[in-house]
Amino acid sequence: MLTLQFIPHQDIQHLDIQKRMQKILEPIKNNQIVVLEGKLEANEEAELIQETMREIDEKFKGIEFSYIHPHPDHEVLIEKIRSTLLHLLLGDREGFTVIGPNHLIKEIKKAPHKIQLFTEKRK
Amino acid sequence: MTYLLGRFGNFLKKLFQRRRHVKLGLYGPPNGGKTTLANRICKDWTGEELGIVSPIAHETREIQIKEEITIQYEGKELTVSLADTPGIATKIDYEDFLRFGIKSKDAKQRAREATKGIIESIKWLDNMDAVIVVLDSTHDPYNQVNLTLIGNLEARKIPMLLVANKIDLKRNKLRKIQTAFPQYQVVGISAKSGKNMDQFYKNLFEVTS
Repeated sequence: MLTLQFIPHQDIQHLDIQKRMQKILEPIKNNQIVVLEGKLEANEEAELIQETMREIDEKFKGIEFSYIHPHPDHEVLIEKIRSTLLHLLLGDREGFTVIGPNHLIKEIKKAPHKIQLFTEKRK
Repeated sequence: MTYLLGRFGNFLKKLFQRRRHVKLGLYGPPNGGKTTLANRICKDWTGEELGIVSPIAHETREIQIKEEITIQYEGKELTVSLADTPGIATKIDYEDFLRFGIKSKDAKQRAREATKGIIESIKWLDNMDAVIVVLDSTHDPYNQVNLTLIGNLEARKIPMLLVANKIDLKRNKLRKIQTAFPQYQVVGISAKSGKNMDQFYKNLFEVTS
């Protein structure tokens, strides 16, 4: 059975970067897939990788993650204006970031406006 | 007056030389061909190779640096300190190494060293003046490691050149990589065979100028 945990942006926005990463990694280390509201900043993604590396052992072998955003790359002008306004209002809360343990998620394919999770059959 | 002009000329020369000394990092996912490219650059301009190449991922687990490599292109010179970094990954499973005949104890040690290497690679990003992102052109470009790496270089305003390596292989997806990152220069090369290295050096001068 796969368990998904949704983490709203407001649950982590007040935390410092390390605590934020721990909050994300904790359920993942307990075999859950995290669906995070919004997008991590570039430095947060780098921190997530570094924190993951610090946590890797014989049982926890890392993560897979991917972000999906609601807007296509080739938007017409009116859509671009709407996206920009939404971004100003919501900041990094648009879209979702899916993060899961590597032993459960074999691969995440991004195509680029849909993501496919390939899960590993547990023995 | 001649003396002053001479001093001024020397000052300009030194200033110019300083600007053209670049700390250049080779970054990317494991097994993309970073060390093969580092060896190709070092061999082309110093006659010596830098590191060991292996089909097993995470062969490079420590940052390797070659200082003072002077690259020439169409009468211009560029001196670089070249840093070959461990491949960045989001996962490391020691069992993957067992398949290559590595003993369990050594595989676990290799995994431990690889995790440390990734942390170091990311920390070192801030030391770089420019970065060559080495991608395996036979792999999907929408890999999260690629996106995170490029996003971090962009956020840090570090100039980058994207290299789609292994274009000598028929299954290369050079076009797909160029489409995935239209805002960046993407040069297709084969670091192993030396294919298209002239274009690579041309783009390198453009990115670092």
